Amino acid sequence: MLAGMARDPVLTFTERGIYCPSGDFFVDPWRPVDRALVTHGHADHARRGHARYLATAGSAPVMRHRLGDIRLETIRYGEARRIGGATVSFHPAGHVPGSAQIRVEVGGEAWVVSGDYKVEDDGLSEPFDPVRCHAFISECTFGLPIFDWAPQADVVAQIEGWWRANAAAGRASVIGAYALGKAQRIIASVDASIGPILTHGAVEATNAVLRAQGVPLRETVPVTAEVRGKDHPGALVIAPPSALGTPWMRRLGAASTGFASGWMRLRGVRRRRAADRGFVMSDHADWAGLNAAIAATGAERVFVTHGYTAAFRAWLESRGYDAAVVETEFEGESLERAGAGEESPT
Amino acid sequence: MDGRDGQPRTGAPGDHAGRGNAAAEGGGRVGGGFARFVALFTALDQTTKTNAKVAALAAYFREAPEADRVWCIALLAGRRPKRMLPSTLLRDWAAERAGLPLWLFEESYAVAGDLAETIALILPEGGGRSDASLSDWIGRLRTLPTLEEAERKALVLEAWERLGPTERFVFNKLLTGGFRMGVNAKLMTRALAQATGIDAPELAHRLMGDWQPDRATWESLVLAPDPGEAASRPYPFYLAYQLDDRPESLGEAGDWAAEWKWDGIRGQLILREGQHFLWSRGEELMTDRFPEFAAARDFLPEGCVLDGEVLAWDHAAEAPQSFNALQARIGRKTVPKTLLAQAPVVLRAYDLLEWQGADWRARSFAERRAQLEAALAPLPDAAPVRLSPLVAFDDWARLAAARETSRARQAEGLMLKRWGSPYLAGRRKGDWWKWKVDPLTVDAVMIYAQAGHGRRANLYTDFTFAVWDGPPGEAALVPVTKAYSGLTDAEFRRITAWVRKNTLERYGPVRAVRPVHVFEIHFEGIRKSTRHKSGVALRFPRMARWRVDKPAEDANTLADLQAMLAAYG
Repeated sequence: MLAGMARDPVLTFTERGIYCPSGDFFVDPWRPVDRALVTHGHADHARRGHARYLATAGSAPVMRHRLGDIRLETIRYGEARRIGGATVSFHPAGHVPGSAQIRVEVGGEAWVVSGDYKVEDDGLSEPFDPVRCHAFISECTFGLPIFDWAPQADVVAQIEGWWRANAAAGRASVIGAYALGKAQRIIASVDASIGPILTHGAVEATNAVLRAQGVPLRETVPVTAEVRGKDHPGALVIAPPSALGTPWMRRLGAASTGFASGWMRLRGVRRRRAADRGFVMSDHADWAGLNAAIAATGAERVFVTHGYTAAFRAWLESRGYDAAVVETEFEGESLERAGAGEESPT
Repeated sequence: MDGRDGQPRTGAPGDHAGRGNAAAEGGGRVGGGFARFVALFTALDQTTKTNAKVAALAAYFREAPEADRVWCIALLAGRRPKRMLPSTLLRDWAAERAGLPLWLFEESYAVAGDLAETIALILPEGGGRSDASLSDWIGRLRTLPTLEEAERKALVLEAWERLGPTERFVFNKLLTGGFRMGVNAKLMTRALAQATGIDAPELAHRLMGDWQPDRATWESLVLAPDPGEAASRPYPFYLAYQLDDRPESLGEAGDWAAEWKWDGIRGQLILREGQHFLWSRGEELMTDRFPEFAAARDFLPEGCVLDGEVLAWDHAAEAPQSFNALQARIGRKTVPKTLLAQAPVVLRAYDLLEWQGADWRARSFAERRAQLEAALAPLPDAAPVRLSPLVAFDDWARLAAARETSRARQAEGLMLKRWGSPYLAGRRKGDWWKWKVDPLTVDAVMIYAQAGHGRRANLYTDFTFAVWDGPPGEAALVPVTKAYSGLTDAEFRRITAWVRKNTLERYGPVRAVRPVHVFEIHFEGIRKSTRHKSGVALRFPRMARWRVDKPAEDANTLADLQAMLAAYG
C-alpha cells in the first residue's frame, strides 16, 4: 500500500507484526522476533517468545508476572530513545496502568501506534495524552456511533446503586470484569462504605502486582476456598467474566450478577449473557473518543486495526483522511468473550 | 437538524454528549404513565428471575393507570399495534437527526441488530420531558397513518426530543411494531392473578378472543367481563410437551389414550348464538379464511366447541392432503373457487370443550371423548368435521410399533392423553404428551453464515447448508437448506469466531465461509421444490449436532435426499 513512496515508510505491516525497518524492531508483534516494543501487558499485545522487550516501567511488573523471566528493558513516558535509525518514545494511552502509545520518528517523520486506548481519565491509568504525528495507527474496537460511553462517574453510580440494593436484600453483587484494568478501575472508584470488596484469585494476583509497583488500590479480600459469602454480607465481588455462572460462585450464596464491558451497550449482547445487569464500562475509546483522539494527532494518514475497521475507515475517508485498514491479530475487547467464556485481554 | 451534521458528534476527549444506554438503566424519570411503563420494561429486562418478573408485573397491574394496564396486557399478549411507518423513513430521520450518513446508520444497525435500539443509541440526548401515559403515546402513534409525511416526521422527532434514552427505545419499539418484553402468557396471567386475586386459568380465558385494547377497559376485560360479549371467545388451548423418555415412564398403558398427531393447524371451532368462529392456536381468528366451517352449523348444535386439527382433505380418499396443500390456504384471506375445490379443509376433532353451552373442560378426557364420538357419529361426509380416530393398543410395545407407521399415515407421531385428565390451559406437563417420530437427518456442509437479530445480534447464527452433487471427483456443493437453531450459545460463539477468520467473500450481511464444517440437520419432512436449486425443500430444519468429527467430503449427497423424497415426499 506504500508503493511509490520516495523512501522507506517509518513502519510497515508484516506477518509478524508492525515493523520499523530503520530501527529493526517490531511493535506488539504476534510472532517471535528479536526486538519487541510493547504497548501494554494484555496477552494479545505482550506475547511470549521474543528475544528482547522494551516497555514502560508501569507495564513491566505485569508483563513479568504473566510472561515470566523475560529480557525486558523499561522506559519512562516521554523519554526519547534511539534505536538504529529511529527515535522512539512512549506516551500514556489511558487504557490500563502503564499502557502506552508508541511514537516512532525516522528522518523527521513521526508515526504513532496507539495500542489500545481510551480518552477518559479513569483515575487509575495515566491519562491519555494525544501525540502529534504524520501517521496514526489506531485501534477501533468500538468504531461505530452506537458506542457512546457515559462518564465514569455515572456508571460507577449505577454499580453502587445496584450494590446497595443487593446489600439491603442480603445478596452478594458479583461483577464480571477483566482481571487487568477494569477490575482495578472498579475497585478504585466505588464507594467502599457500602460494603467489603472481595476478589477472585485471578483479580487478586493482578492487584498484588499493581500494589507492589505503587498503584493505590484499597484492601480487598481474596475469595479463597474457605471464604463464604455469609461471612462477608453485602459484598461486591470482582471476578473475571469466565468465573460467572461456574461452581466457583456457589460459595458466595445468594447473588446478583453483572458484567462491566463496552459490549453491554448492546441489549442483544446483554441478554445473551443471562446476567442480571450490564454496565457499560470499557477500557477502549468510544466513537466520540476515537474521533477526538484522531483529530488531536493532526495526522493526515490513519491506519485502523482491530474493531469495526471497514466502516470506520470509510467514515475517516469521508472526513478527508487518507485511511487504510491493517489486518492484525489484536483482539481488543473481544465480543465473543465479553462477559463469558475464557478470560480475555482488554 | 441540530447544526452538527458533518461533524463528529463530540469535539474533545472527555466531552461526552448524548450517550444514554437504551434499556440498561431506567432513564431516571418517574412521572408520567409512560415512564412507569418504561420502568416496568427496565425491571423485566434487568432480571433473569421469574419471581422478580412476576412481582414487577403485579406491581404494575396494581399501580399503573387502568388504560395503560390494558395496553400492557395487549402488548404482552402479542396484540401490539402494527408497524405504523415504513422503516426507511425512520432510518432517514434518525440518521439526519444524529448528523450521520445513512450508510453509517445501516452499518450500526447491522451490529446492533435491532432498528429501535439502533435509533435510540445513535440519537443525541434530547433534554425534554413528557408526562404522557402509555395509552396517550399509543393513541398518538395510531394517528400516524392519517398524517402527511411532514406531520409524521414532526411527531416522531418531537417524541425523540422529549423522551429519555430507555423511553425512546420503548417508543421506537412501539413504532416499529416489534415490541416484545420477554414475558410469556403464563407469567402474565400469574402476575394478573396476584394483582387481582382472580384465578389464573379464569384470567387466561377472559383474555382470549377478539377484544380490542383501545375499546376494552380494565373493568370489562379483567375484573368483570360481560358474558354477552363472549360468543366468539375461545378457551385457552391445552398444549403438550414432547415426550423424551420412553413411554413406559408414564406408567400403566391402560391409563392412556393415543391419537395420531396430524400435521395441520391446531384449531378451535366455536358454535354459539347462531354464529361460528374458528380460532388458531396463535389466537388468530381464521373464520373467513376457511368458509367450509359455516356448514358445521347445519350439523352440530349450538353451544358446542371442538378442539382439533384443520387439514386440507382429500374427500375421495378420505385422507389428509399434504401440508403444502394447506399452506396454500393459510396465506389467503379470501379464497378463490379453484383453490377451494383443490384444497378443501376439514377439522379433525379430538376434543370437546363445550357441550350444550356448558364448559366441559373439568370433565375427564374419557367423558369428553365419549360425548365427542356420540356427537360426530351421525355426521355425513358433507360435514366439514371428522372424528380423529384413537389408536388402539394394549401395551406400550404395540403402541411403539404403531408410531413407526406415522409417516405413512401423514402423521407426525402420536399424542398420548391420560383418560382421566381435564382439559387444562396452556402448556402443562403430566397428562398430555406428544410423542413424535424421530426426525429425518442429513449431514450437510455449512457454506454461508449470517448474523442473527435481537439476543443473537452480532453472533453468526443463521447458516446455509449444502450437500454434494455430481460424480465422485467432480462433486460440487449445492445449497439445500437454511437453519438457525439447535446450537448452544457457547457453540454459536465458537462458530462466530471461526466465521470471522474464515470468510471467503461477503455479500452484504452474508458471508461465504470455507466449506469445512459438517452439521447434522434434523427435519420433519421433505418435498419437491421448484424454487430451490437442489429441487428439494426440507420442513423444520434445525441443527442437531456440530459434527466436528466428520470431514466435509463425508457429508450426504443430493442423491441421498432424492431417495428420501421418493420414500417420504
